[in-house]
Amino acid sequence: MSAVMITRKVRKWEKLPGKNTFCCDGRVMMARQKGVFYLTLFLIIGTCSLFFAFECPYLAVHLSPAIPVFAALLFLFVMAMLLRTSFSDPGVLPRALPEEATFIEMEIEAANGNVPAGQRPPPRIRNVQINNQIVKLKYCYTCKIFRPPRASHCSICDNCVDRFDHHCPWVGNCVGKRNYRYFYLFTLSLSLLTIYIFTFDIVHVVMRSVDNGFLNTLKETPGTVLEVLVCFFTLWSVVGLTGFHTYLISLNQTTNEDIKGSWSGKNRVQNPYSHKNIIKNCCEVLCGPTYPSVLDRRGLMQDDSLVSATCAAPSSSSSSNATPQTTKTTAPLIPNEHTPDDAKPSIAASAEKSPSPKEELPPASKLPPLASPETDAETSIAKDKTH
Amino acid sequence: MRHSASLANKVFIQRDYSEGTTCKFQTKFPSELESRIERTLFEDTVKTLNNYYAEAEKIGGQSYLEGCLACATAYLIFLCMETRYEKVLKKIAKYIQEQNEKIYAPRGLLITDPIERGMRVIEISIYEDRGSSGSSSGSSSVSGSTAR
Repeated sequence: MSAVMITRKVRKWEKLPGKNTFCCDGRVMMARQKGVFYLTLFLIIGTCSLFFAFECPYLAVHLSPAIPVFAALLFLFVMAMLLRTSFSDPGVLPRALPEEATFIEMEIEAANGNVPAGQRPPPRIRNVQINNQIVKLKYCYTCKIFRPPRASHCSICDNCVDRFDHHCPWVGNCVGKRNYRYFYLFTLSLSLLTIYIFTFDIVHVVMRSVDNGFLNTLKETPGTVLEVLVCFFTLWSVVGLTGFHTYLISLNQTTNEDIKGSWSGKNRVQNPYSHKNIIKNCCEVLCGPTYPSVLDRRGLMQDDSLVSATCAAPSSSSSSNATPQTTKTTAPLIPNEHTPDDAKPSIAASAEKSPSPKEELPPASKLPPLASPETDAETSIAKDKTH
Repeated sequence: MRHSASLANKVFIQRDYSEGTTCKFQTKFPSELESRIERTLFEDTVKTLNNYYAEAEKIGGQSYLEGCLACATAYLIFLCMETRYEKVLKKIAKYIQEQNEKIYAPRGLLITDPIERGMRVIEISIYEDRGSSGSSSGSSSVSGSTAR
């Protein structure tokens, strides 16, 4: 049987583990469940369309033409922030390649020493001192790394995210280091937009009622009723959310830390990341540097993985391939979970730079099993609680 | 060295979180490199990289200006402008390439840019001459395997 291999350029996003969906050839990155995000879009666009259709003509003539102009600018800003939050990489940490995972394993085993048979090995925790506070770094069994401080594993997206805040279904993505400020600006501008539309709806109804009477006004502009309803209910939740995040920003805390009570003050633990100054904290979170994405989504996979990649699974362009090793954390970790395909690109990449070396990956059977099922189960239960 | 080097081992320089979440790597000299490179050269490389990252993540007048300007344009300005961090990353890539060419490759070592490892580690690959006997270091017994 002859096989015709059609090699095509495979971009790295197609081979990324985790439960994200990618669009526009890797430029857009979102979570898998997008239903609530479409609802958000529908509510915002729908309400604003009704406002522009019913209220704006009247208000532009009777009050000021600046009103619809400002509403349009605000609407565009809200949409830009929403799309930026939803489509960008929240700060996903790539999983450890096999060599790195093994290196960490060896360090852990060296630190733990010999565990007598039958005894559970101690939990994998690394202590670091940050600003005179001891912070515990936990080991992520899925990503096989010690999570940096403030990072957390999102079980919905199956990724470790740096400075993880929360997974927001309304924007259809995680909120983390890279998109937190866009998320905050989205909630802030949406609050302003909601208040703006609500206010001018009332003004419009009052002004028209003076001329025509209340019931006639409602008959002439039925959209107003809908808008007022949507704005009324949105107002409480979005304004409340904005207030909550303003509070978190002023303390330089994440939602995740707040929920877990990491810096609640018991046992005298204080937030080591806070500058103890509201202005400084706000500036750091909102005006800090824009961090780059460390996931090279649009990079091309190296040639020697192309052959095996195209043979193994031709991937569809709009979804990421869930490679077989993205297992649940309850499964005992086996060294050969990472297929050689994942590791070969990195070796090949470094091989390009050095004088053509020829090497092989170590056969998986040589490596010791990485974790015991009991410790995996513990971690997964703890994860379920927090997420 | 051409056509005769093979990968023997990899060393991973971990992040130093003592000053918070800013990107900084430990300058502790790994034992596997003891016979391969001078301590001072290694420390210089890591310290220079740390300085670059500190420059990229500095919160000061320029970052505020960039942030406010970007916010005023609803962040659309980033479609045409490169952020300061990206500019520094390019400088870092150039620096690493230079270091590899001048210092590390002649010693049979190769530094991988941390951005390719999620900014978690600096990966240093140790290559062995094919003709040489024995392994590069004691700890390579588990992870290293050389193709013959």
